[in-house]
Amino acid sequence: MKPARVLIVDDSSVMRKIVGRSLRQAGLDVVQLLEASNGSEALSLARENPVDLILSDINMPLMDGLEFVRQLRGIESTQQTPVVMITTEAGEGHVVEALSLGASGYIRKPFTPEQIKERIIPLLRG
Amino acid sequence: MGQATTAEQERVRIHLSARAAGPHAQTAGQARNTTQSMLHDDWCEELAKASCEVFEIMVGGVLTVPSEPQPPLVPDFAAMVGIAGGICGLVSIRTTAECARRIAAKMLGDEEIGPAEAAQDAFGEVCNMIAGSFKGRIAGMADGCALSVPTVIYGRDFTLFSLARGEHHEVTFLFEGRLLSISLDLHS
Repeated sequence: MKPARVLIVDDSSVMRKIVGRSLRQAGLDVVQLLEASNGSEALSLARENPVDLILSDINMPLMDGLEFVRQLRGIESTQQTPVVMITTEAGEGHVVEALSLGASGYIRKPFTPEQIKERIIPLLRG
Repeated sequence: MGQATTAEQERVRIHLSARAAGPHAQTAGQARNTTQSMLHDDWCEELAKASCEVFEIMVGGVLTVPSEPQPPLVPDFAAMVGIAGGICGLVSIRTTAECARRIAAKMLGDEEIGPAEAAQDAFGEVCNMIAGSFKGRIAGMADGCALSVPTVIYGRDFTLFSLARGEHHEVTFLFEGRLLSISLDLHS
């Protein structure tokens, strides 16, 4: 698998560190790790820095993860970028909404490194 | 994912406490409130399971039930997440600053925790995940309720007072020998 550039979006700096660590534990070779604390900040970063994978929380201030995905898919350069939602919101409705807006996958907190591996690695291979 | 083990189920079973709270809890309304509480006794168990799951998976530690009476918890840290929708209330977790810093250190891989903000951040996330896991365990609530962003209080000599005034469910655990309390307060 080729080295990946990853953007992690979460309003918790602790969660951003944990997600980054979990990616490495899953065997992902992360060459560039960008972090944003809300959807608005993430949109700016994603426009200026092409990444191979985005992991985003849903409940965030300023712009939540669902609106972030919606706007991200409207940008030509990020239309195909895999976006996986990592959130405590695990209801079926949230999953359906996220996927309908263009999310590529969904992981519920709390999560294990094995779950990260199962859900994310195939997206980078595909 | 993250299903409670048999040992965990046994551990939490012996540790459930649910009580009815509110302005009439000690009067004629006691029976009614007790009935309400009994209807949701399993919620206390689910709260305990959710707490154990979050600590085992995300914190990397095990919550244990105190085997003997503990001195009253004097918390320095409290984190709260509101629940609104099919049920309305508050999930909160309280502990000492030392315990909160230890939780943050474990979450970050035993790194030294410098600023208090890191402990506050971690503690808020733990509460957020417990609330999310809890509502995901209650039929119809995963989609039927929304969670607020976490709020964390850090300081001394404070009292956390919920206006929910309905059922109060509380579980008390030890984390590496340090006492912490996790509560669910529901609007009546």
